[in-house]
Amino acid sequence: MATEYFNEMYHGDQVRPPYARLEDWMRAMPAEFRAMKQAEAEALFRRIGITFAVYGEGGDPDRLIPFDMFPRVFTQSEWRRLERGIKQRARALNAFLLDVYGRGEIIRAGRVPARLVYQNAAYERAVAGFTPPRGVYSHIVGIDLVRTGPDDFFVLEDNCRTPSGVSYMLENREIMMRMFPALFRENRIEPVDGYPGLLRRTLASVAPAKCEGEPVVAILTPGHFNSAYYEHSFLADLMGVELVEGADLFVEGGFVWMRTTEGPKRVDVIYRRIDDAYLDPLCFRPDSMLGVPGLMDVYRSGGVTIASAPGAGVADDKAIYTFVPEMIRFYLGEEPVLLNVPTWQCAKADDLNYVLDQLSELVVKEVHGSGGYGMLVGPRASKAQIEAFRARLVANPAGYIAQPTLALSTTPTFVNEGIAPRHVDLRPYCLVGERIELVPGGLTRVALTEGSLVVNSSQGGGVKDTWVLAE
Amino acid sequence: MLSRTAENLFWIARYIERAETMARLLEVGARIALMPQAGHGYRNEWESLLRASGTASGFALKYGDPVQRNIESFLFFDRDNPSSVASCLERARENGRIVRTALTTQVWDALNTAFQEMRGLERVPRSELELSRLTEWTLRHTAMLRGAIDASLLRNDGYEYLGLGFALERADNTARLLDVKYYVLLPRVDFVGSGLDNYQWQTLLRALSSHRAFHWAYGGEITAGKIAHFLILNRQSPRSLVTATGAAVTHLDGLARAYGRAGPVQTRARALHEALEKTTVEEVFEEGLHEFLTRFVRDVSGLAVMVQASYLSGEAR
Repeated sequence: MATEYFNEMYHGDQVRPPYARLEDWMRAMPAEFRAMKQAEAEALFRRIGITFAVYGEGGDPDRLIPFDMFPRVFTQSEWRRLERGIKQRARALNAFLLDVYGRGEIIRAGRVPARLVYQNAAYERAVAGFTPPRGVYSHIVGIDLVRTGPDDFFVLEDNCRTPSGVSYMLENREIMMRMFPALFRENRIEPVDGYPGLLRRTLASVAPAKCEGEPVVAILTPGHFNSAYYEHSFLADLMGVELVEGADLFVEGGFVWMRTTEGPKRVDVIYRRIDDAYLDPLCFRPDSMLGVPGLMDVYRSGGVTIASAPGAGVADDKAIYTFVPEMIRFYLGEEPVLLNVPTWQCAKADDLNYVLDQLSELVVKEVHGSGGYGMLVGPRASKAQIEAFRARLVANPAGYIAQPTLALSTTPTFVNEGIAPRHVDLRPYCLVGERIELVPGGLTRVALTEGSLVVNSSQGGGVKDTWVLAE
Repeated sequence: MLSRTAENLFWIARYIERAETMARLLEVGARIALMPQAGHGYRNEWESLLRASGTASGFALKYGDPVQRNIESFLFFDRDNPSSVASCLERARENGRIVRTALTTQVWDALNTAFQEMRGLERVPRSELELSRLTEWTLRHTAMLRGAIDASLLRNDGYEYLGLGFALERADNTARLLDVKYYVLLPRVDFVGSGLDNYQWQTLLRALSSHRAFHWAYGGEITAGKIAHFLILNRQSPRSLVTATGAAVTHLDGLARAYGRAGPVQTRARALHEALEKTTVEEVFEEGLHEFLTRFVRDVSGLAVMVQASYLSGEAR
């Protein structure tokens, strides 16, 4: 299949402006030097401990996400447009959440089907009617973007719960600056290291009404066996807040307390990195050992803020995704800056028929799937895989959506043979509190396998430093 | 500080100290094994090592007869042995990973490097690894960690928990080491005071990196009295019980200062330390060295329980 992919560095023989200075850098780098730098980068990642832990699969529990040294670059004007679109989307998603846990205007107006919201597994009846501080549900919104042309960006999915990977955004930059200081002198690159400060300010700004004085913020982690534990501890460290597990917290007298060496200390804002279902065994899964019994009562009585708010997941469902442009029009009265990927809802008979007909051309995803698992990339699948998927689709059409196979843009990437184009996506992290803020950058994930369109780290993806050039 | 964080720090220190003791024990064994009379006495020595490390039953279950190569593997590499050097380093590092944010980069680096190099050592065929190289390697890494803590860590409560872990573990380890050696070498009470097997005692001192210090401090012949004094009551000896309890008192006082209040755990530690300071060698032998050490080990573990209740459980109000 001879699809033309947009190469972010080269337009024919011409180097696109944001990459101008990288051309010389790339050409001047001998292979041995590159190998040395690559080894140095890996040693740095390992020494600092930036690994994701995989237990129970055997082998080394500490794995590195492959780091590609070739940066991905945006111009200031490209970024401004993305920033506008991302903030707009984050605002609309939060407005939607506030609405569906309140009066449900968008449903009454017939713009979003009631069934998709109220019967959604991620809809938490436990918080219906409760308004969190400042009306914010999703305080950290990760929006996955792909690019198909100079001006064509699409939103692939929204992550309203606890998007991960931001530590890679910060560490990739840190390591690039250590290894190639000259590059940063030659290119004027917007810094991203303000993120932890912004995150802390965002979380403090949504402290509950009962909070007195400076809000005490804590990050709630499932524990050190979790694959993202490094990120949890990294963020806690950079924000200067405690990293707690469920067992470190308890509820008493209408507040949440953490066990410290000097006795109990009250916690006002919990940035949780565990799923809703595990937050409170008295309210959700009774077998959860990760949560805090009674937490939800304190939450609903305004004694603590939970970020993101329980129930925020209903906005990032793949079936709800289709309606985000509608949300933007409905709540903000604006036209979406960033487009959705056209999506077929297999729950609809017409859509299903089309999808079944075009299976070898489409990407099919599970509505509740994530991590690149449970999806079919039609053009790259074998006949047998397609037929197997067809059977699953027919058995449970409502469990799937389908999208055209996007011609994901490529950026130059270091591979064994030298430098070659590889497909990339982008996840920026938008912070929503008293204000809506975004650091200029994000996590670029790259599919390291030739021709692959799947960038997930669990499927052989790597990461890159992402630059936004200053004006 | 979170109680759990304090607990993790406390255990980093305990595991590191334990790894070091284990390596030192191996050093003892390796030296004895170089002796010409490698027969019954040598075998006896390896058994005593297993007993000193508190792993004799675990070893018997897995390997049966004490064969040197197996004992070395068991005490150094075996993850089934919770006290092996590898197990201790791995757990110290895992505790460190959990409280990564309470450590400086340098301290983390020391913990992590030891762990990563350990994984490297595990891939080397055993026949290419000299035991002395392994013990030296361990001592080097534990020293590096201590140095990193000393040079880079903030002197806050976290530092005190580390110090407390080192002190209590060392008190326990020295007492156990002494107890086992005493039993092996002096099976009957009336041997006390008579001539000792010089070489074995020297080896013990050497393993504690203190045979020269001992000779400087005491001179002359090695006697049970001198050894007991050196390892129990001598305040100059870095591994003596009194030095260890003194360090525990210092770190508990540090915590009392940091939190602006002292509790029963400080009182208890001070009483234990002061009693040792007043004790004489004669009194120790009058009570019986084994009885004395048994009581001491129990006291130290009682102190650890009080530390747990006062600071690590989060219940203190």
